[in-house]
Amino acid sequence: MAFTLKAGAVGALVGPSGCGKTTLLRIITGLDSDYIGTVHLPDHGKLGMVFQEPRLLPWRTVEQNVRLGAPEATDADLDALFGALGLAAHRHHFPGELSLGQARRVALARAFAVKPDLLVLDEPFVSLDAALAKHLQEELAALVTSRHVTTLIVTHSMDEAIGLADRLFLLSASPAHVVGEVPIPRPREPHTAEELAKIRAEIARVSGKAGQ
Amino acid sequence: MNVASRLFSLMVMVAAWYAGSEIAGQRMMPGPQTVGFALWAEAQSGALAFHLGATLARVAVAFVIAMAIGTALGVWMGRSRLADRLADPWLVALLNLPALVIIVLAYVWAGLTETAAIVAVALNKLPNATVTVREGARALDRQLDEMAQVFRMSRWVRLQHVLIPQLAPYLAAATRSGLSLVWKIVLIVELLGRPNGVGFEIGIAFQLFDVTRILAYAIAFVLVMLAIETFLVQPIERHVSRWRPKAA
Repeated sequence: MAFTLKAGAVGALVGPSGCGKTTLLRIITGLDSDYIGTVHLPDHGKLGMVFQEPRLLPWRTVEQNVRLGAPEATDADLDALFGALGLAAHRHHFPGELSLGQARRVALARAFAVKPDLLVLDEPFVSLDAALAKHLQEELAALVTSRHVTTLIVTHSMDEAIGLADRLFLLSASPAHVVGEVPIPRPREPHTAEELAKIRAEIARVSGKAGQ
Repeated sequence: MNVASRLFSLMVMVAAWYAGSEIAGQRMMPGPQTVGFALWAEAQSGALAFHLGATLARVAVAFVIAMAIGTALGVWMGRSRLADRLADPWLVALLNLPALVIIVLAYVWAGLTETAAIVAVALNKLPNATVTVREGARALDRQLDEMAQVFRMSRWVRLQHVLIPQLAPYLAAATRSGLSLVWKIVLIVELLGRPNGVGFEIGIAFQLFDVTRILAYAIAFVLVMLAIETFLVQPIERHVSRWRPKAA
């Protein structure tokens, strides 16, 4: 399994459950070390990660959680992030007082506050209702674009991947491997129906080529 | 409401005590008035403060030592299978060794000294704290650990913000049960080999069959414990728990 993500680009790892997307992410972020191969990251690269669960410290406030993840963030950085993500009113709330969507936003704020060289997201919008997920995707896209963050997002939703990424890495299971890559032309949004059809055709072609 | 019902219970207790003393006779069970006066006299003479102070000091020192070492041990054993396997037999042995045996051996081996007394108390409490904190360490949330790892949080930050808050309920449990255990053992330790303290006073009173004195010190003792619980332990507990969602 091999792929390259260029600096400043947004890559999406797409595939069905069980094809190893999360494991791959864990290897890239150093959480799993039982593998053969190499991971090339920029030297002393700072990682920002958003897990499937918000993984906030329940006994610290929203602001404290973000500061603990990103101790070098300035007050101005935090103001900007909280503003962009609609969290200004919740700065001093505890995670127990937040809805899932709000908690996910805090996790996003924490990852961006690090000013990461690589931002990694593991199915960050799963189990949210469609409208909220779409809204958060737009917020994420805005932040990623405005800050030029190299991003790798894992998702099982093709729509989400097409909406957010510059490049799709299609994965398939048994054995887990990269089926192929599909570039998504910019501007990223909004894709017209034609463009969407072309993209989907390309995806089908690449998937079909590998006999999957 | 809360205060009223407690006061009512208290009055019932005092009334029952009074009734009991009338039935059993003043010699066997002095009534509230007798004990009350004796307590006041002890307080006036300064003896109460002196002995209570000595006991409290021993409780504080032994408690802190036992909690510090017990917590460290518990965390170590909870996170390392190897440590757990190696140290568990020792832990079980110490846990089941009768308090009296530990105390007597401490005095025999180290003499009737303050150090022996404190060590004996600490050894009694230590396995108790270790077992409780070990459970907490076993229950640590791996997800938060991973998050802390990816965000490159320093050792100190992880200790202060990830580990200890998770251990807080277990530390609270160890503190509660430990404090009352330490109180009781300190009294025995004082009875057996110290020249002051509440345990010592109760020992003297026992030899003189001075039931009034025994009850006076017992009450003073319980009052101090209640004060610590109400004015120290509970406020700390409330503060530490303020992030929890309130039960409906």
